[in-house]
Amino acid sequence: MNNIFVYCEIEDGQVAEVSLELLTKGRKLANEINRKLEAVVIGHNLSGIEKQIFPFGVDVLHVADNSRLYPYLTLPHTEIVVSLFKQEQPEIALFGATSVGRDLAPRVASSLKCGLTADCTSLVFGDHTENKTGKEYKNLLYQIRPAFGGNIIATIINPDTRPQMATVREGVMKKEVFNSTHEGEVKHVNVDTILNDSHMAVEIIERHIEKQKINIKNSQIIISGGYGVGSKENFDLLYELADLLGGEVGASRAAVDAGFVDHARQVGQTGVTVRPKLYIACGISGAVQHTAGMNESAKIISINNDPKAPINQIADYTIIGNVEDIIPKMIKFYKKNTK
Amino acid sequence: MSFRIVVLAKQVPDTRNVGKDAMKADGTVNRSALPAIFNPEDLHALEQALSIKDKIEDAEIIILTMGPPRAAEIIREALYRGATSGYLITDRKFAGSDTLATSYAISLAVKKLQPHLVIAGRQAIDGDTAQVGPQVAEKLGIPQVTYCEEVTDVNEDELVIKRRLERGIEIVKSKTPLLITVHSSAPPCRPRHAKLLMKYKHARTVSELVEETKDYTEMMTNKPYLRIEEWSVADLDADVQYLGLSGSPTKVKKIENVVLAKKDSIDLTADDKDIDYLMKELIDSHVIG
Repeated sequence: MNNIFVYCEIEDGQVAEVSLELLTKGRKLANEINRKLEAVVIGHNLSGIEKQIFPFGVDVLHVADNSRLYPYLTLPHTEIVVSLFKQEQPEIALFGATSVGRDLAPRVASSLKCGLTADCTSLVFGDHTENKTGKEYKNLLYQIRPAFGGNIIATIINPDTRPQMATVREGVMKKEVFNSTHEGEVKHVNVDTILNDSHMAVEIIERHIEKQKINIKNSQIIISGGYGVGSKENFDLLYELADLLGGEVGASRAAVDAGFVDHARQVGQTGVTVRPKLYIACGISGAVQHTAGMNESAKIISINNDPKAPINQIADYTIIGNVEDIIPKMIKFYKKNTK
Repeated sequence: MSFRIVVLAKQVPDTRNVGKDAMKADGTVNRSALPAIFNPEDLHALEQALSIKDKIEDAEIIILTMGPPRAAEIIREALYRGATSGYLITDRKFAGSDTLATSYAISLAVKKLQPHLVIAGRQAIDGDTAQVGPQVAEKLGIPQVTYCEEVTDVNEDELVIKRRLERGIEIVKSKTPLLITVHSSAPPCRPRHAKLLMKYKHARTVSELVEETKDYTEMMTNKPYLRIEEWSVADLDADVQYLGLSGSPTKVKKIENVVLAKKDSIDLTADDKDIDYLMKELIDSHVIG
């Protein structure tokens, strides 16, 4: 009872990266308040799935395995999670801020009439005193997230409702194996007593999901372009430099919205969070939405023809000039001076 | 009975381009200086409704919003683009509502309207939570389909919908009643129609009429379509304990303004010698190479 729960997403028999990141965070939170870490896996043909999950320090794994449960559908997954949470009374429940987690978590929260905070960038414990009543709360989950387009950082709490629910984007928390030989307990959910035909109102006719091809999150070098790059063609320069340095191309929301690059490359609050050893920001002004997703990069270079671009504030090197002049010079020097 | 669509829309501050005018001296955002706009993904939602109306002639599009009296602006905007009528949920008792309390209020209004289909934008740019759509669906006890890119087939009983996910697409079929949320990859909304602009430019809520000096009352009696309906807590028969701050399980503990911490930056020019210096530094320190 009152443990920490993580909903684990499954695609092709694999637990999603974001879920493993949340298990890592969940283990740390559980240790801090001396609770167990429990995971929920819902899908089909899940035998052996615990092998992927227990190394992250999970004490109890709830498995709901049924042909009606894969691929993900809102209503059956909601019913299983709601039924489990009513029985187990979690203290905290974490979901990935993915198209699955952001579809499921609000529906669960509405059903349980509890609070949910989307896209948290940090989760820590803290205390709270209610101003009006003077009532004191210990170890509430501080759910910290950017709001208002990333211009403010809000700390949200759910004093009176349980579970305290939050979603977190992929790449925000770090994934770390807790103990590769750790074993927990597997509990099977009796799916047939929970589901009925009314939960199958939506039917999947076709599904085309590609394996993640672009993975800028794990790249140590990111050459990122903004609206200032100017065109899809100019982005080719960025790809050339990225290829040469063994890096990946990232982008700001403005560049994605302008159609210069694919959304999978978007860095920032509504994209991915990255921490490479080198981040080269080309023609990116540096709105907070963007910098929130890259300001932990070890080295930041800004190439911009506006000396007052906000991104220059957090750059280690600022080059004032045009992207299309400077990148070829970088490429030329690198080719000449390395083998 | 006609095919009734309710489009949920929100008026939001334009947080996408916080210009210099909107920044205060201390580097924080002056929210009141930001223009109030039709939430972008809600416009995509409206377009989906309009394209359904292109297919089903007697479809009716009701635009529903919740907010302060000035939010009637986006209802007029929707009327100019082809919506049939509009409702504004407005009452001081709604102030401070989080997504759960908001969903409760909206769900009561939707229940009164009894639509076949509810269409909302996936999320609003001031909060980016994407929670209100699914929570309204749950409160109504109807299925939801989120991240929609296109309604590919529709009749009174059933819809076929293409969803845009992180790494692919899904095509789903669902019976009505249903709530869908529309993704920004969906087609943009058609522009205002000149004839509709002429027809609806005097559309007003009663509160707006009270505010304005010019009296449109007679005109609205003759042209009832100019009336934008307002619903209060009492009109919705809402239980106040589920509204506003008391109905909101989440509380804001603290707000901090984001101020970028200045680093000691080395300033370079586009000269060859500067670029060569930088690249040499990066290679020598094994950041690259």
